[in-house]
Order: sequence, then C-alpha cells, then structure tokens
Amino acid sequence: MAYLDHAASTPMLPEAVAAVTAAMASTGNPSSLHTAGRRARRLVEESRESLARSLGARPSEVVFTGGGTESDNLAVKGIFFARRAADPRRTRILASAVEHHAVMDAVEWLVAHEGAQVTWLEVDDVGRVHPESLKRALDDDVALVSVMWANNEVGTVQPVRALAEVAHEHGVPLHTDAVQGVGQLPVDFADSGVDALTVTGHKFGGPLGVGALLLGRDIACTPLLHGGGQERDVRSGTVDVPGVAGLAAAAAVATERQPETAARLSALRDDLVARVEAALPDAVLNGDRGPGRLPGNAHFSFPGCEGDSLLLLLDARGVEVSTGSACSAGVARPSHVLVAMGAEEDRARASLRFSLGHTSTSADVDELLDALPAVIDRARLVRR
Amino acid sequence: MKVLAAMSGGVDSAVAAALAVDAGHDVTGVHLALSEAPATLRTGSRGCCSKEDAHDARRVADVLDIPYYVWDLAARFRADVVDDFVAEYAAGRTPNPCLRCNERIKFAAVLDRARRLGFDAVVTGHHARLADGVLRRSVDVAKDQSYVLAVLTPEQLAFAMFPLGDLTKSEVRAEAARRGLGVADKPDSHDICFIADGDTAAFLRSRLGDQPGPVVDALTGAVVGRHDGAFAYTVGQRRGLALDVPAGDGRPRYVLSLSPAERTVRVGPVEALDVSSVRATSPVWTSGPRALPLACDVQLRAHGEVHGCSVAAADEGWQLLLTTPARGIAAGQAAVLYDGDTVLGSATIASAA
Ligand SMILES: Cc1ncc(COP(=O)(O)O)c(C=O)c1O
Repeated sequence: MAYLDHAASTPMLPEAVAAVTAAMASTGNPSSLHTAGRRARRLVEESRESLARSLGARPSEVVFTGGGTESDNLAVKGIFFARRAADPRRTRILASAVEHHAVMDAVEWLVAHEGAQVTWLEVDDVGRVHPESLKRALDDDVALVSVMWANNEVGTVQPVRALAEVAHEHGVPLHTDAVQGVGQLPVDFADSGVDALTVTGHKFGGPLGVGALLLGRDIACTPLLHGGGQERDVRSGTVDVPGVAGLAAAAAVATERQPETAARLSALRDDLVARVEAALPDAVLNGDRGPGRLPGNAHFSFPGCEGDSLLLLLDARGVEVSTGSACSAGVARPSHVLVAMGAEEDRARASLRFSLGHTSTSADVDELLDALPAVIDRARLVRR
Repeated sequence: MKVLAAMSGGVDSAVAAALAVDAGHDVTGVHLALSEAPATLRTGSRGCCSKEDAHDARRVADVLDIPYYVWDLAARFRADVVDDFVAEYAAGRTPNPCLRCNERIKFAAVLDRARRLGFDAVVTGHHARLADGVLRRSVDVAKDQSYVLAVLTPEQLAFAMFPLGDLTKSEVRAEAARRGLGVADKPDSHDICFIADGDTAAFLRSRLGDQPGPVVDALTGAVVGRHDGAFAYTVGQRRGLALDVPAGDGRPRYVLSLSPAERTVRVGPVEALDVSSVRATSPVWTSGPRALPLACDVQLRAHGEVHGCSVAAADEGWQLLLTTPARGIAAGQAAVLYDGDTVLGSATIASAA
C-alpha cells in the first residue's frame, strides 16, 4: 500500500493522539465555573496559547472552529457582513479563481443571497495571483480579499504577504486559507500581514473536524453561529476540548519540524517528478517547478487518460491518490483550478495529484512508479 | 474474476454485489450518475439517480468493503435513453426505457469501459438467470426482468452476471437484512427513473409542447373528442379519453392507434384491439440465431402475458403469427421470444393487425 493523498488528510501524529486521548479521559465544560470546568478551560487556553505560538499569532487572535470549511465560511461571510454593515457600498469580494470550494461556494452563496458581487482574480499558467491583478481590481466597493496560502490541487504558493500589502493600501482586509501550508511552509500570521487565516487539524497531523480561524483583533467579523459566544463572541458552541488539544499538539510538532519536513519532502517529491517524467515522457507537470510549490505536492496531467480511470486502476493496485476535485456525489468535474490556469478540459480531466506527508517514504514513490506505466497504458484504452 | 458491480443504491444491486463478493470475485462497485441535475434529499424525489441513492450505494460498498466509484454517464443517458424516449413517443410509439438503458448504457457504455479497464464481467441486480450464455426468466415470475434484457446480444451476455436469478424478491430482501445492509427495506424505484413523479404525460408535454388534435372513432370516422397531444396516449388505453360523443352502442372505447403526423388518436371497441399478426424489426438472438420458421412463445410487453406464435422471416425482421389474439399491442415495445422460460431473442414491434 502506498498512501499518496496527504493533502486530503494526513495521519495523526502520536503527540496529537496522546493529547486527544488524555483530554477525552477527563470531564468538564470549559464554560463551567467548578473545578472540572476550570480544568477543561485551562486545557483550551493552553491549547490556544500553544497554537498561537506555533503560528505567529497572539492567543486572542485564535478562534477555534470545526475545521477548514467552517473557518473559511466564517472569514468570508463574517468579514463581508461586518464590512458591509460599516459601509453599505462595500459589496464586492475579490478572490482568486483557484480557491478551495469552502471559499468559492461561500462567496457564491453571498452573491446569490446577499447581493454581493465577486471578481475572481485571474491566475497565471502555474496558478499564481499577481499583486498587480489585485491592485487593478481593488476599489472602494471591496469588502474583502481572499487568496489562499497554497493551492490544494497543484500546490502553487501565493505571494500572500505582497497581496496583503496591496489590499491594505486600499484599507481592505485579506483572508487566506492556509490549510495546505501549515507544516510544509513557514506560516506566520503576524509576519504575513494578513487579517484572517484558516487552518485545519487533519492536514498537519491533528484530528479531523477541528480547526481555527486566526483573526486580527481589530478585524470585525459577524458571527455565523449564535449562542454562548464562547469564542470571542464570533463563534458559539462548547469548544471541542480534546480536539483543540490535539490540534495544538500537532501544530507544535508540525511547525517545529517544518524546515526538515520541507527539505525531506521536496527531495522525495523531486525524485517522484523526475521518475514520472522519465517513465512517461508525455506527462505534463501542472503548477510551479520552482520553490513556489508545496514540498509534498506533485500534480500531473496524463494526456489521453481520464483521472477517474487512473484513480480506479491505481487504487486496485494499492496506490491511493486523488484527482483533487470530487464533488459530494463523487461525480468528477474538470478541475476549476486547472481551467483557471488555462488548461483545456481534456487536460483538466486527465490529471492526478500525488501528495506526500510526514509518513511518506521512498518506498511509496517506488510503489507508484511500479504501477503507473501499466496503469497509464490501460487507462489510454478508455476514451469517452 | 475481476468484476464490476453496477450499484443503483437499491436492494437488488446491493445483494447482487454481495453475492459476487461471496462467490470469491474481486468486486468493484460503480454507481452510474444518470441525471444531469441529481435530485437531492430535500426535493424528496424517489427516482433512481438521486444523491440519496448514490449515498446508499456507497454505504453498501463500504459495508462489503469493496472500492466504489461514481461514473458520470448523464450525457450518454440523456442522448441514448431520455431523448430516444421522447422521440419514440413523438413518433407514436411506446418505448421501454429500461430496455434501452440495458442495451445502450449498462451493457454498452458501462460494459465497454469495464472491459477496457480490465474487468472480466459486469454484475447487475436484474432478476433473471444467466448460465452458459442462456438467459432465462427469474424464479420469481412476478419480478422477472428477462423481458428488458432480451435485447442483449451473445457478446453482451458473455460479459454479464446476474446473481439474483435464483432468488425471489423477498429472499433478496431477507439476504440484505441478514447482511445488515440498510437498503434491505428500501422501497422499489419507479419504472421510469428519470420521471421522478411518475407523470409521463406531463413529462412528455414539457418536452414536446401541446400538439392538439382530434380523437376519431375508427369505425365511423367521426370526431368524438379532442386531445392535447397524441403522445399522452398508449394503444389499449381506456381511461382519460374525455370523449364528447358517446359511442353509438354505449360501450367503452379504447385507443386503437396513434398518428402523430396527423395528430390523430383513433378509438374503438375493445375487440378492435385484438391482433394476431405482429411485424417486428431489428431482431436480436440472445444465444445465437435459430432457424426460421420457428414455433415458440412471445411476450409483447413488460409483464404482459405470453402467446404461442410462429416466427417467420420478414423484411428487416420477423413476422409473428399468434395462436391466441393479443390485445392492445403498441409499436415500439419489444416482442420477446421464449422457449419455456428460456429467452431466444427479441425485436421491436413495428405494427400489429
Ligand atoms: C485548501 C483547503 N481549504 C479548506 C479545506 C477544508 O477543510 P476541512 O476539511 O477541515 O473542512 C481543505 C481540505 O479539504 C483544503 O485543502
């Protein structure tokens, strides 16, 4: 078996498992005033401080959530609502054309139901947004900008700090979905200059279903979940104590090891890319060839194949990969990311993502390369 | 064998896949996405291609511990089944979309793709028996689906597996329950999966528009009523005719024939529905050609009764002479030949007299 889908979810780190299980064994609602509550609250606040340290934020900037999708929705909708409330002319959202659906669909929802307008920021042929494009699109009517830290499909890293500077020249806040960045790239909230930043546990060795939005103290954000106001009044709901303990434990380990992880995964990934290109000369690497790529990401189009068929055939040989773009019903659509990068539909449908993570070894790459050429031959027989 | 199990999300295909696993095959489940805008839970539709069905199919695959994929065949299905269905009605014929789906989708597009991917067979939850290339009725006569499989050629059948043929529907449900499959008591799906509310006339009207014309008494030639579209009628139909002029003899009248070109629906007494001679085109022999003329049985509609007949060669197909008259035979349906419970072949009814 070779698991090459760490961008979908990566195994939990032992430190995170230990933190979660320890927390699960004790009782207490962090909002309660008695001893059990105090103990739970202490764990939540220590987790908050730890996560803040790991990500270059202040503890007061950490809003715990139920994961990446919730953080993205909270940032996009919450900041939009607050900015529009302060000035009704602010109804436009600028977002990159390669955002994850958690951002894209939240924006589309605001367009459909809240009278928002959207300008999808164009990307170049590796999927990168240029600060000049942002500069051109900015105007007085902009409520917020959302550009991801690094793309989940093709791995392209965005110039987030430069984009934040441009946005700030117009007084507009910038949100970034950094879900794929943590543990692979140095992600530092303060240093990046962004106003809101999404993270989720299961992409860096923490548990599934828990994440955080780092939200600058002075950034107004209208809550989406109403209730006890537990998280800075921006997010209600009893905090998942074991979850945030695991999230913080994983972030501490993943960010501490980030430099060596990045070096190791880049080398492994470069080997994977070189061997795929040697074995299959017509394979097309999508995304950036330089350092502006997630260390664990490789993404290819295999002309004449359908990603769907490749996935089925590789899965049958114990190699687990992804096409990077499945909808809830499981029906494959050509990736909007590749389409935005200018790929024609055939190339977009012919693509596969191989993503490496902390447990990846060269044996995984060997297994992939053992299976891939025969799989490609077979998949070429299946043309629509 | 490496087999591909088509999983609709219903109980039949779930148990078929389970039996294939039991038989020691290497099974991969595939759900066919046939609707271009899948109905969601909230719309409450009970067709065969909702997201809920995809979820149910996936759940079964997970319980069986087999890989599961969704194949998007919506465009093929629209062109080969739905558009064909509408065009057939527009031409005054009465198509069978399940049969068309078997012929063009499940045992053509899916089978072809499966073969290219290296599978050795396609498994479905049809109620029919298949052994050594011979297709037979299910042991459960009420649920038998051999009629809608009789369009398949020997080459297609060579690649098919129908594990349910020896089970009754209640045995299938019991088998599902025994295995803890959540679909064990899921209601059967509609006959026509792409018409979720079951209102075929409304569906056709939405596609074809109103095409009003006269309802004519076939005996007298008198106009006895009006209709909004001949496509809403089927030969043999009695209800819903809304005739202005009662029949001279006061007896009920039935739809005898449809002429969409003249927008005319002809009606007449029940005896006029009786036919003893049927012309059928595009013949298929399910397990190799038989010498003609041939004496055998024929079934002229899904779940219809069986008639003795003699089959002779005719232009582009067969001429069938029935030993007992059949009533209300519609062009476009299949004439399926049987020898006892064994399917011999089929052809499409072109006309009957
Ligand atoms: C870039 C990006 N954003 C958001 C998400 C959603 O995160 P979650 O699965 O925690 O809801 C993912 C992962 O699927 C992702 O890759």
